[in-house]
Amino acid sequence: MLDSRQVVSVFQTLGMTHIVWLPDSHLGTWEAELVAHPTLKLIRATREGEAIALAAGLWLGGAKPLVVMQCTGFFEAGDAFRNVVHDLKIPLPLIVGVRSYTAFVQGRSADTCPQFTEPIVRAWNVPYIWIDPTRDTAPMLLDTLRRFQSERTVGVVLWAE
Amino acid sequence: MLTHREALTVLAAVRGEKLVLTTMGSVALWPSLSDAPNDFAYMPSSMGQGIALGLGLALAQPERGVIVVTGDGSLLMNLGSLVTLASYPAAIYVILIDNGLYEITGGQPVPGAGRTDFAGLAKAAGIERVYAFDTLQAWSAAAAECLQGPGPVFVRLAVVGERGHKTPTPPRPMHEQIQRLRTYLGVIADDALSTRADSK
Repeated sequence: MLDSRQVVSVFQTLGMTHIVWLPDSHLGTWEAELVAHPTLKLIRATREGEAIALAAGLWLGGAKPLVVMQCTGFFEAGDAFRNVVHDLKIPLPLIVGVRSYTAFVQGRSADTCPQFTEPIVRAWNVPYIWIDPTRDTAPMLLDTLRRFQSERTVGVVLWAE
Repeated sequence: MLTHREALTVLAAVRGEKLVLTTMGSVALWPSLSDAPNDFAYMPSSMGQGIALGLGLALAQPERGVIVVTGDGSLLMNLGSLVTLASYPAAIYVILIDNGLYEITGGQPVPGAGRTDFAGLAKAAGIERVYAFDTLQAWSAAAAECLQGPGPVFVRLAVVGERGHKTPTPPRPMHEQIQRLRTYLGVIADDALSTRADSK
């Protein structure tokens, strides 16, 4: 099980400076570790599009931000994401929590979020990878985000909730 | 009321070394007043995200000072950004061009045109330094003071709505703007970014 301490440790290893986020009930469990961290700065945005633009500004200024949000907010943030990815071409990593994913694949949820998240990420033509915190490990998350960094690309981690 | 150009002319005279991030209609006017490496035309943009972009810059470059020139239509798309501004004190100075309309889409009125109290909204969001000016004389007299001292600062300018403007063209392609700004800021040049942008 990939816990909050391990997740935040990965962020630190990657040299992230800011986590810009809107939490959901799953991602929100990282908060205590993020708040307590001595160097990572947690920025709370009011909407997901704002989070993406704020992170883009941080990158322009030389910081190394990471954006964290739920898929519902990712749907809302479409234009900000399009702008950062395809106009500004800023290599911004995102973690997008996919609400109800586990229950959905087991046939226990009618939530439409899992149905639409991956097709929408594909539509934006950006690389992505799934991380299932019940099965995957911190080194896998580290390798994924490190690859996004080395390729200087926007990359989305779809976080199975 | 001020004209849009008058509002920006005063700003250009007092901005000093601060970064200036322009959006929408201001992108068309600002290059004739200043076209320096510390100017950034946020175009193409995601409408409503100028303040957020500027706040990120200000947080990453806390000693610089970032001025964001935005419009009422843009702010209405992201009113929550006022709350975020108040939550993360930084040297950011928002100049709101309140002209009551979507200038570059044909001049349609924004919701609440002439009725919304943007300065009041900024104050209620928790921004302490909030100013509002209705005349060139008043803005000219106070502009330098507004841009001094700690941020965030919110300045609402009552500007005459002008119709017939087209979507402006930024003074240079976005990848050049980004390279120029990051070089000015001393951020390591991102060659990969340039290569990818040029290859399109």
